[in-house]
This record gives sequence, C-alpha cells and structure tokens, in this order.
Amino acid sequence: MDITLPILILAIPIAMFLILGLTGMKMSHKMAGVLGICGMGTTMVLSYIVAYTYFFSSGSAITADGMSMPFIVDGVRQQIQMFDVTWLSWAFERGTLTVNLGFLLDPISAMMLVVITTISFFVHLYSWGYMEGEKGFQRFYAFLSLFSFSMLGLVVATNIFQMYIFWELVGVSSYLLIGFYYKLQSAVAASKKAFIVTRFADLGMLIGILILSYYTKTFNFIDLTQAGGPEEVFNTIGSGSVFMGCSVLTWALVLIFTGGMGKSAMMPLHIWLPDAMEGPTPVSALIHAATMVVAGVYLVARMFPLYLMEPASLDFITGIGAITALYAAVVACTQIDIKRVLAFSTISQIAFMMVSLGVARPEIHEGLGYMASMFHLFTHAMFKALLFLGAGALIHAVHSNDYTAMGGLRKYMPITHWTFLIGCLAIAGIWPFSGFFSKDEMLSAMYGYSTFWGIWMTAVAGLTAFYMFRLYYLIFWWDENPHYKHHTPHDAPWQMSLPLIILAAVSCVAGFIPFGELVTWNGEPYHIHIDWVGVAIPSLCVAAAAILLATIMYRKKNSLPDKVAAIWPGLWTAAHHRFYWDEIYMFITHKIIFNGICSAIAWFDRHIIDGTMDMFAKVTQKTSYAIRGFQSGSIQAYVWWYFLGAVALAAVTAWAIL
Amino acid sequence: MNLDMLMYLIPSLIMFACGVFGFITRRNLIAILISLELMLNAVDLNFVIFNRFLFPGELEGMFFTLFSIGIAAAETALAIAIIINIFRAVKNVDVKEITKLKF
Repeated sequence: MDITLPILILAIPIAMFLILGLTGMKMSHKMAGVLGICGMGTTMVLSYIVAYTYFFSSGSAITADGMSMPFIVDGVRQQIQMFDVTWLSWAFERGTLTVNLGFLLDPISAMMLVVITTISFFVHLYSWGYMEGEKGFQRFYAFLSLFSFSMLGLVVATNIFQMYIFWELVGVSSYLLIGFYYKLQSAVAASKKAFIVTRFADLGMLIGILILSYYTKTFNFIDLTQAGGPEEVFNTIGSGSVFMGCSVLTWALVLIFTGGMGKSAMMPLHIWLPDAMEGPTPVSALIHAATMVVAGVYLVARMFPLYLMEPASLDFITGIGAITALYAAVVACTQIDIKRVLAFSTISQIAFMMVSLGVARPEIHEGLGYMASMFHLFTHAMFKALLFLGAGALIHAVHSNDYTAMGGLRKYMPITHWTFLIGCLAIAGIWPFSGFFSKDEMLSAMYGYSTFWGIWMTAVAGLTAFYMFRLYYLIFWWDENPHYKHHTPHDAPWQMSLPLIILAAVSCVAGFIPFGELVTWNGEPYHIHIDWVGVAIPSLCVAAAAILLATIMYRKKNSLPDKVAAIWPGLWTAAHHRFYWDEIYMFITHKIIFNGICSAIAWFDRHIIDGTMDMFAKVTQKTSYAIRGFQSGSIQAYVWWYFLGAVALAAVTAWAIL
Repeated sequence: MNLDMLMYLIPSLIMFACGVFGFITRRNLIAILISLELMLNAVDLNFVIFNRFLFPGELEGMFFTLFSIGIAAAETALAIAIIINIFRAVKNVDVKEITKLKF
C-alpha cells in the first residue's frame, strides 16, 4: 500500500468542505446533501480498505522514506509512517526542531479511521432527514466535512504538534456546529463556553508539549514512545530537574493530559459538554458522543509508553477518571433533558475509558486496560451515536428535549423504540451486546490493578444501567402524553431510521470482534478471555438489579420516584443542579476574576493609559481654540502681524550684531 | 558709505514704505495689488543699486532684476485673474468683505 489512499482519506473531506463552503449557497439542499453524503461515503470505503489492509493482510507499506515495511514483524503490529513531510523547521544551538505533517498508520489510528468515518457517514445520512428544510443546510454539511477532516487529521498525526494543530481544528468545528443556530442566545453562549473551556485546557497541553519537546528535542510519536528512546533522555536530563516535587516528565505528561481533560470533559473541565447539547442532535452524536470527546482518551493512548514511564501521572488519570465517572453517573440520574442525560452518560463512559487506561500496566494481564479502553471507545462510539440519533428522532417527533413531553412512545415509534432499547442494553453491559464485552474487559483490568477501583467502577456501571433504563422507561413507557391526540408522533424518515437500524445491528455484534488480536498497547496480540466468575457475573448481576430497580420505579406512572427523591432532598437537588459546578465557575469568573482582578486592570487602562493619551489630545485642542482668533480671515491683519514680526526680527538681529 | 548710493537707496526705501502702507490700508484688491508691485519694484531697484555700487564688474544683480520683472508680470496676471474670479463670485473686490477663509 502506498500513500494514495491515506492522502485521499484526508483530501476528500477538506475538498468537500471547500466546495460546500464556497459554492454551497448556489446549490440546492438536495445537491449539497447528496454531495456531502457521497464524499463521506467514499472516505468511509477508503478507510475500510486501509484498515482492512493494515489489520488483515500480510502485505507491507511503502513508508515515508521510500522503504517497504511489513505490517507485522514477529507477530508485532508495526507503527508505519505512510508519509511525513517537514512543514516548519527552526535551527537552534541544540539542534534542529522540525514540525512535520504526516500520516501514521498503527492499530489505534486504523481503528479510529473506521470509527470516525462510519459515524460521520451515518450522521451525514441522518442529517439529510433531520436538518431537512433548515436554513443553512449547506453550511451544516460544510462544517460536518470540516470536522471529519480535522478529526481524521488528529488521529493520523505523526507528531504531537500536528495533533495539536488538528486538536484546535476540531475545537473550532465543534464551536461552529454547537453555534449552528446562531440566532439562539443559548446556542451562542454554549458554543463560546465550549470553545473557551477547551481552549483554556489546551493552554496546559501546549505548555506540556513544549516542556516535553524541549527535553526530547522531537515531536515525533514513534521517537517519543519507542523503547529506550526518551527514557534515556529523561534519565540523563529530565529526572535531574524537579519542580514542586514532581519530575519534569510528570509535569509534561500531566499538562498534556490537561488538554485531554478539556476535550474529553473530565472534571473539573466537564462543564462545557452538557451545554454543547444546544447544537443540532446529529452534531451531538458525531462530535460530543462518538469522536471528538474521546480525543483525550486517544491522546493518552497514543503517548501511553511515555505515561507508563511515570506511574504517578497514570494514577492521576485514574483518580480524575474515577471521580468524573461517578459524578456524571449520579447527575445523569436526575436530569430532565434527554440529551443532557446522554451527555452526562458520555462523560461517565469516557471517564470509564480513562480509568481503564490509568490502570493499564504491562504486568497486569499484559496491558489489558489499554486494549479494553480502546475496545470500549469503539463500542461506545457505536451505541452512543445510536442513542443520540435515537434521541434526535424523538426530538424530531415531539419537538421537545424533555422527557416530560414524551412517555408511552413505544407504540408510536417502534423502530426508534427497539433501536433505543438495544443501545440501552449495550451501554448497560448486558450479554451479548457490545458494551458487555468491552466493559467486562475494562472491569477485569481494574480488578487486576486494585479491588477498590474495581468495585467503584462496578458501582458506576450499575448506575449507568439505572439511569439509562430510567430514561428508556420515561420516554417509552411511563404515562402517555395527552398531547399525542393533537399531534401524533411517528417514526422518522428512512434517512434517519436506516442509520439507527445499522448502528443497532453493529451494537449487537461488535462485541464479538476479536479486538485483542488487533489493538494492544505494544502491538502483540492479546487473547480475550472473559472472567465469568470473577468479573462478568457480578457486573451482570449489578446491571440486572439496576435495570430491575428502574423497571419498578419508572415502568408505570407512580409516585415512587418522588418518594425516593424525598429521602435525600438535598442530594437530589444538588445532583439536579449538577452539584453547582456552573455556579462555582460563575462565582470564580464573575465575582473573583471579573470584579476583583479585571476591574482593577480596567481602571488602570481607562484612567492611566487612556488618560495620558486623552491629555495630549486635550492640550492640543485647548491650545488651538485659544489661538484660533489670529486667523481672522482679514488679509491685511495678517500682513500687519507679519510686518510687526519682521520688524521685531530685524530689531533682534540688529541688537545681536551691534 | 558711498553718498551716491544713499541717494539712490532713499527713494527705493520710500517706494517700499509706500507699498507697505498701501498694502495695509487700501481696501480695494486692485489697489493692494498695485502696492505689492510698488514693493517689488523697490526691491528690484535695490538689486540694481547694490550691483552697480558694490560689485561694478559683475552682472548678477542686473540679471536677477530682469528675471524678477518677468516673474512679476506673470504673477500680476495670475493675481488679476484671481481678483476677477472673486469679483464674479461675490460681486465685490473690497478686502474687508472677503473674510471667508478663517477658523
């Protein structure tokens, strides 16, 4: 395989963005939609070909330096740079620093190519129905293409700087798509919030990248992560420098992870994701459930050998992930907006992946946590996109985001009902749906690391099952909404139903993919075996119990939920208000930063800096007004003054000479 | 100083003073222009006088005077053209009335 296909995978979406963005207004909606869908479909097929060739053929690739490199050497999958061109280059005393742009093919990037293009294609198709007749339809497709391009560029980055560039690009496309309804005040606020919070986190990431590259003198992932490469550097230079009790490497890795926390909505930077649900629902499915928000997980996975050198940073990731997972799961139990429930569920599931990465160690089940995390990333992308697209179909049908406007919908929307149920079963981790397999592997890794985290995350998994089935019952069972008599909800058109059915089918079978053979931390195959007694049966029991509890509480309309909420009214209210994180941020930004620090700076700017400039202007103006009477318009007056002046000059000159 | 030269310089001075006085006191633009010409001619006269008495062998002063007379002719034509235009615009050539160009 040479570089033709990889180049096309990136070129088609960006070309589609330019075509739709520049000439979209001249096109009809149908033309723009078909163009976008065909472009993404082609990209999807190309990605499948590339991934299939990489995973299942015994062939070889022509690398950047023109050599032929086999995909598998001694049973280990290789990381292959399909191409790598120098974009910027600076010469320093310590060496030359280059920023390259390239295409790195390895197990996780090939897996991500499949995930991104699949979800993106189905979202393109779905949007054709969902966004029908919307103003700015072509703009929507253009932005979707821009996002797909950026995300694909992110996962195939050969170096951390390229990743950072595309990292910002996905941030921008997310901003543009959240604020798609730019006349809606809340959407504008949400898009700004998302951009500012993630950008703030990316500042940490940039500092981390700079620290890391300062010591290692390279941005390249393969150079950074190969065995013995950076280790030597850090043992000689890095470990000597300690800052606030942590080594330079720890600081660099934690700071880089900060960027991941922003994008992947880890606490305390999670606040933007629930608000991001203001965007159109297909966007939420693509960006805020399946692809962009897992960029943080992908980042840690990409640099995993480096993180492995510093277990403290992995422990940090584990802690953040575990707290976020529990927090988001508790909050999800009390939300009314169905998209917000799904948003918190996404936060919780991504935190699951983070914990799984954090507990991955080569000595524990041969680095199972890494494989499990990637596996869950894959399955979660499928079933969470399914759930979001299902939620989109529901919103399309009842024109409201709140479950209070739904209830009893199973009779009216059978396709949505069954696919949504499959999504719920998958996320709850019920055999044989895909979520069971990935969650089971993750829990095995956690129990292998420490029983405490294992039990903690099993509890979170139980909560997941509970809130998903709470949502399911409140939407499809509970009590039939009286408004249906005036406006009967019905299943969505085929463009929307088809993605639901296909994604549901994928969620049913994806668990049987021999994922361990394909994606592992060091490229060596791992044989998945399910630990039925130790992990699978207990977690299945917890999930089943949670589903049973949800069934009792929410299947038919009753007063039990209110009674349960009344047991701890404080806890319920706090969870309903997302534990006041937004209020805390408001307090810090408005009361402390704006009123305290910024107002002093503003005073200085307004009175000292502006004041000096104003003074110059005022003095000039006052003087001009004072002397303007001289210019009377009378020529003879001028001559008179001139004459007097000449006489005075003559007198002075005469006095000086004589 | 040479008394002969003074005999020439004093009429030149009187001419110049008349010009200044006329320029400041007269109201009619044409009269102001005539005063201007008086001043100019007084200066021309000075050139000739100094050249004749101080540097008898040279001709620069003479030539400069001829040059200045030529320029003065052109300048007068221009000034009269401006005055005619002003008269067309405001039907007046009284300098007291033409005071639009001020702050």
